[in-house]
Amino acid sequence: MRKSGVGADRTFQWITAGAAWLVLLLLGGVAVSMAWGGRLAFETFGWQFVTGRNWDVVAGKFGAFVPIYGTLVTSAIALIIAVPVSIGIALFLTDIAPRWSRGPIAIAIELLAAIPSIIYGMWGLFIFAPFMAAHVEPWLNAHVANKALIGPLFSGPPIGIGMLTAGIVLGIMVIPFIASVAREVFSAVPAPLKESAVALGSTRWEILSRVTLPYTRSAVIGAIFLGLGRALGETMAVTFVLGNAHDLSLSLLMPSNSIAAAIANEFTEADTELYRSSLIALGFLLFAVTFVVLTIAKLLLLRMNRQLGRTH
Amino acid sequence: MNETATALRVAPAYTSTVESRGAIDLRDLNFYYGTAHALKHVNMLVPANAVTAIIGPSGCGKSTLLRTINRIFELYPDQYATGEIIIDERNVLDRRYPLSDLRRLVGMVFQKPTPFPSSIRSNVAFALSYYERLSKSELNDRIEDALRQAALWDEVKDKLHHSALSLSGGQQQRLCIARTIAVRPEILLLDEATSALDPISTAKVEELIHELRERFTIMIVTHNMQQAARVSQRTAFFHLGELVEFGSTSEIFTNPHEQQTRDYITGRYG
Amino acid sequence: MAIPARRRVADIAAFAFATAATVFGLVWLAWILWTTLVQGAAALTPSLFSQMTPPPGASGGLVNAFYGSAVMILLGVIIGTPIGVAAGTYLAEHGRYTRLAAIVSFVNDILLSAPSIVIGLFVYELVVRNAGHFSGYAGALALAMILLPIVVRTTEESLRLIPDQMREAGFALGLPRWRVTRQILYKAALSAILTGILLGVARIAGETAPLLFTALNNQSWSASLNGPLANVPVVIFQYAMSPYNEWHTLAWAGAFVLTAFVLVLNILVRLLARKGKEQ
Repeated sequence: MRKSGVGADRTFQWITAGAAWLVLLLLGGVAVSMAWGGRLAFETFGWQFVTGRNWDVVAGKFGAFVPIYGTLVTSAIALIIAVPVSIGIALFLTDIAPRWSRGPIAIAIELLAAIPSIIYGMWGLFIFAPFMAAHVEPWLNAHVANKALIGPLFSGPPIGIGMLTAGIVLGIMVIPFIASVAREVFSAVPAPLKESAVALGSTRWEILSRVTLPYTRSAVIGAIFLGLGRALGETMAVTFVLGNAHDLSLSLLMPSNSIAAAIANEFTEADTELYRSSLIALGFLLFAVTFVVLTIAKLLLLRMNRQLGRTH
Repeated sequence: MNETATALRVAPAYTSTVESRGAIDLRDLNFYYGTAHALKHVNMLVPANAVTAIIGPSGCGKSTLLRTINRIFELYPDQYATGEIIIDERNVLDRRYPLSDLRRLVGMVFQKPTPFPSSIRSNVAFALSYYERLSKSELNDRIEDALRQAALWDEVKDKLHHSALSLSGGQQQRLCIARTIAVRPEILLLDEATSALDPISTAKVEELIHELRERFTIMIVTHNMQQAARVSQRTAFFHLGELVEFGSTSEIFTNPHEQQTRDYITGRYG
Repeated sequence: MAIPARRRVADIAAFAFATAATVFGLVWLAWILWTTLVQGAAALTPSLFSQMTPPPGASGGLVNAFYGSAVMILLGVIIGTPIGVAAGTYLAEHGRYTRLAAIVSFVNDILLSAPSIVIGLFVYELVVRNAGHFSGYAGALALAMILLPIVVRTTEESLRLIPDQMREAGFALGLPRWRVTRQILYKAALSAILTGILLGVARIAGETAPLLFTALNNQSWSASLNGPLANVPVVIFQYAMSPYNEWHTLAWAGAFVLTAFVLVLNILVRLLARKGKEQ
């Protein structure tokens, strides 16, 4: 009988298991090499690296607060825009749109994710930023800048390039990721659940808010974290329209910097070990934060899968 | 004997001994899905060159029984069996008995037809070219032989290179049978093999089973009692993992000994 | 019984909002695509494919960038696909019930959405630093690392879609695992796996950040992968950020070609997926 089958099987098993280990190694390798490359900066500056506001190339002092701030602010703006829009799109596609149109519209929304980020960047730089500068920012300056509390956020020179513009572009980029998960999960809500709500006379909004959203809560939050993870790490779109400034400003209309943009803009010009190490240390911070965010996202989505598995 | 009567047709009684080649002797067979005890102390002698039907309500262990014989359960981590299954004087349940030998000895056809994504010819030749070194003409002969035995040759002889997926459900199932008997096993296990088929295809497969029993030991699992009565010589009734009654088909269906068997046959529960 | 006005208003508001949100999303898509089309089409000339990237202020083409991108994408696919398919096979088949597979699947999904710039930095530390120079090889490696999780995920998912009975039928015939996988499962999952690879190609074609520190860019023609290699995304980046108009024009042309390439691939994938479903 064929004994060779056993030997070949064992080889096959080793190959596939080895490839699986390689995936783990990749993650480990990235983490370790970022930490190692950034150790000089961490050792030199300690906690000051994260809290320091000075990114002074000439003096060799690197504080990452501005890029961190810029990353967080632009991501926050992105989520503020993307989350309601994505949920709206998911509702539209699962409930409102006529059946024949659902496929094409869903594909169109997914195309938003397929467009390379550098295209977003170019469009942002040449078309959208000037648009913001010419139409939106003057309006904000005229009507919102004088309001209490939020006023200072929206007052500034209308140059187009800045945190607000970058946040909006980022928001558009993140929409398809949140929307596709939300849509999948909305349509996975068991029909009997929705039908009993309909039988009780609920309106569409009531079904969404009282049945669908509570049921899919884990997944929707997971999707939001997924979008956040993407927004935090986005490089090219933000690099074009954020401005690569090293000063901290309160106004969203002002330029700033993000971790990814700083690395992209400055890495090839980094001429000292400390400079390079600081940029890699930035990379490590970005990696660590996105890793945590994406892990949370995945755990939440897994929980939803389990829940769906049980009730299906 | 190829009418498909709707009344319970009684098949002749049959006797066999354990020395017959291809007989299956189950001794104190137990099966576990994790902690669930699915088969309990089963003792049964399945005769060679005959059709044995396994009947019983859902979840009674019918399919599990078949899946222990060819050890297909070993694919899944928390399933295991104890006891012995003696075929041709060897315990096939023993870990040391090579799986490849066992799987060549025992063929299995599943409920849903599972044609492989390749041509009809390639499906039949699949295991054949793996087990034996055959010249091209020998291979063709064996393929034709298997397809003839499965009563499929006339329908596919002109399109052997067509995809197996282009066949109808009944034809696909007969292809699976051809594929299984191509390697000339001694035992055929049919697990609800006609449940997914239309009545005409079912009739053709039943005819096939009748012809094949002269060369193979056949076990069929079925929830269709009329089919069991039509096709088998021996019948085993299982309930909740236990072998309740095992005897000639005529006896089981006309005069069962156990009350449980009587209740099931007469439709008191299903 | 009529629904009270308050509830009706809420319902109409939800309806309006959902529709508006969808229109919102579609408007941006249309605006971006329209812009790329208009600006790019205006910049298209035959010299795009015959001339190389020009010095500042001059006009030229992108042929060295197209070449470099094509080579690195191809090499990235060659490196990343076998590893990805093998790992995906482990997750769906051999390792299906193991702890390792669960962990790897989890980690893989995180890598899928991880910032690609970090991958670029990793390859820089690993390869460019040690070699002492930028190279096309490093660029291809970075692209392979971005492609890998995509192929792993698609392979795992498409293998899992195949019903267990198909596997059992193969094993019941006595075939060893590698034959069952290769001759039955891979064949059945082929179009789905190809789809995954094509989607991966569409993704890595547009990746800029990882190439910034690995392949960098090259103004002149270079057929060698052992030095900085021109590629479309980095060229677009450098030219768009520059102050020269001719370079802007070329950047738009590059953007147009890149977008068209990615969209065509995506459409191809849909068609393949539909053909797979019909079977």
